[in-house]
Amino acid sequence: MSSFLKIENVDKIFTRGSATTKVLENINLRVEKGQFVSIIGHSGCGKSTLLNIVAGLLTATSGGVILEEREVNEPGPDRAVVFQNHSLLPWLSSYENVRLAVNKVFRKTETRVKRHERTMRMLDLVQMTHAKDKRPGEISGGMKQRVGIARALAMEPKVLLLDEPFGALDALTRAHLQDQVMALQAKLGATVIMITHDVDEAVLLSDRIVMMTNGPRATIGEVLPVPLARPRDRIQLAVDPVYLECRRSVLQFLYERHSYVEAA
Amino acid sequence: MTMPLTKNAISVSPLDDADEIFHRRRTPLAVKYRTQIRAFFAAILPPIITCAVILLVWQIICARPNSALPSPARIWTEANDLILHPFFVNGPQDIGLGWRVLTSLQRVAVGFGLASVAGVIVGAFVGQAQWAARGLDPIFQVLRTVPPLAWLPISLAAFGDSRPSAIFVIFITAIWPIIINTSVGVRNIPQDYRNVAAVLRLNALEFFYRIVAPSAAPYIFTGLRIGVGLSWLAIVAAEMLTGGVGIGFFIWDAWNSSRLPDIFVALLYIGLTGFFLDRLIGFIGALVTRGAQPN
Ligand SMILES: Nc1ncnc2c1ncn2[C@@H]1O[C@H](COP(=O)(O)OP(=O)(O)OP(=O)(O)O)[C@@H](O)[C@H]1O
Ligand SMILES: [Mg+2]
Repeated sequence: MSSFLKIENVDKIFTRGSATTKVLENINLRVEKGQFVSIIGHSGCGKSTLLNIVAGLLTATSGGVILEEREVNEPGPDRAVVFQNHSLLPWLSSYENVRLAVNKVFRKTETRVKRHERTMRMLDLVQMTHAKDKRPGEISGGMKQRVGIARALAMEPKVLLLDEPFGALDALTRAHLQDQVMALQAKLGATVIMITHDVDEAVLLSDRIVMMTNGPRATIGEVLPVPLARPRDRIQLAVDPVYLECRRSVLQFLYERHSYVEAA
Repeated sequence: MTMPLTKNAISVSPLDDADEIFHRRRTPLAVKYRTQIRAFFAAILPPIITCAVILLVWQIICARPNSALPSPARIWTEANDLILHPFFVNGPQDIGLGWRVLTSLQRVAVGFGLASVAGVIVGAFVGQAQWAARGLDPIFQVLRTVPPLAWLPISLAAFGDSRPSAIFVIFITAIWPIIINTSVGVRNIPQDYRNVAAVLRLNALEFFYRIVAPSAAPYIFTGLRIGVGLSWLAIVAAEMLTGGVGIGFFIWDAWNSSRLPDIFVALLYIGLTGFFLDRLIGFIGALVTRGAQPN
């Protein structure tokens, strides 16, 4: 069977001097087009490492990633990343940060005016046009994360990779951005892989939740489908039995079967 | 400040109005700038007082007629034309100190300019390539400690002429701190920015001016600032040996014809110019690196 994105038998060993750590072992995952997949697991288990391998920023020690029948082994705008700490360039304004991505991807195919319009459309999508000339140092954490999302979406990626995109935000901003990401995904039909620590976030946003075991030698412990209809409403879901059951399975996986081990 | 209506109503002559405007302005201005005025004097008074004290002590020590060094008063009486007229021209070799400083600055500009460009490029390369850093860093660290004038015989031998030799000495003196600081700055570029560049597939040139230059700018400007200071030190020394019309040769010439007061005036010019150069690079650096702080 051929899937849109395949992660096949991925192992990752980090070597520093003579010390080697096998962080990931035998990771296998298939993601269909338009699917929203969350990866959840305890801190340090190797979630970012796995995402970076899909992004091409790290190479797997063995195994590989196949996107649309092609092996990926270097980073590129077809797999846009929203980084764990936004990673906007502090010397560029919000507009320029997004524009840089637009210019790189659409320089050959679109005129200057079109590229400007596209940049503005992306900023509008995340409601950031009002602060387009502000530098990252002058806007709040939630706003930075939104610009980071706009920059990633601006590349029109085949897969959007989100590394704890809302990790550093307060609960209210987080809920607001989650709704925005859900709306965007419904609108654009994007394929998304998101890392998260947050069980509610995973259940609310995902079609499937990938649960990782503890490291070292972390692997995929279980994949939970979330059979909830879209659009999803967080208030209605709070009493939905399917939602509650999904939430319970994830919690059980994380805290009973694979509870966090100090200095694992 | 609001005006009472009645006053407005009875003021008929234009003179009254002028008087009124004058009073309205004067009070707020004095109040508004009081803190600035105070800060200005707080900044300007200590240097004035210390300078006055130093000059006074110097005057007392060197006041005897047979003292080896001239007193400030004697410097003023014998060399005040050099201070008051920096830009006179009496002949090809007899020009004001302002012109001499400019001649020296011109050489510094060429040598330092070349060193900046070469230093930043080499530094970026060395910071980027790990093997290059390992191989070249010890060499840079050794060469950096070679005193500027030690290069002069070599460059005289290589260029045969004194003018390019002086410029080469500037170049070779200024380039090491620029290379070393740039390479440290490049090595310290956060992995996040490198990841962004990788995802966007920036090419080498874009990577340099979008990521390397802004991110390493604070380091680069530290290197440039050290470099320009060393250049100025080196040019004065080099000109003493190579001749010409620069400020360095003026000192040598004054020494040979026993005009000690002239030398003191020249030192003042050199010091002020060096200070100005340092502040200039610092100022440009502050302008350029405004947005480069991590957030
Ligand atoms: N470059 C590296 N060299 C050596 N070890 C590394 C390197 N990068 C990550 N690791 C190790 O790999 C493990 C997984 O790291 P990773 O960043 O993928 O965790 P994570 O699941 O994303 O954690 P968090 O949820 O806290 O972000 C950690 O134990 C980490 O120490
Ligand atoms: Mg992580």
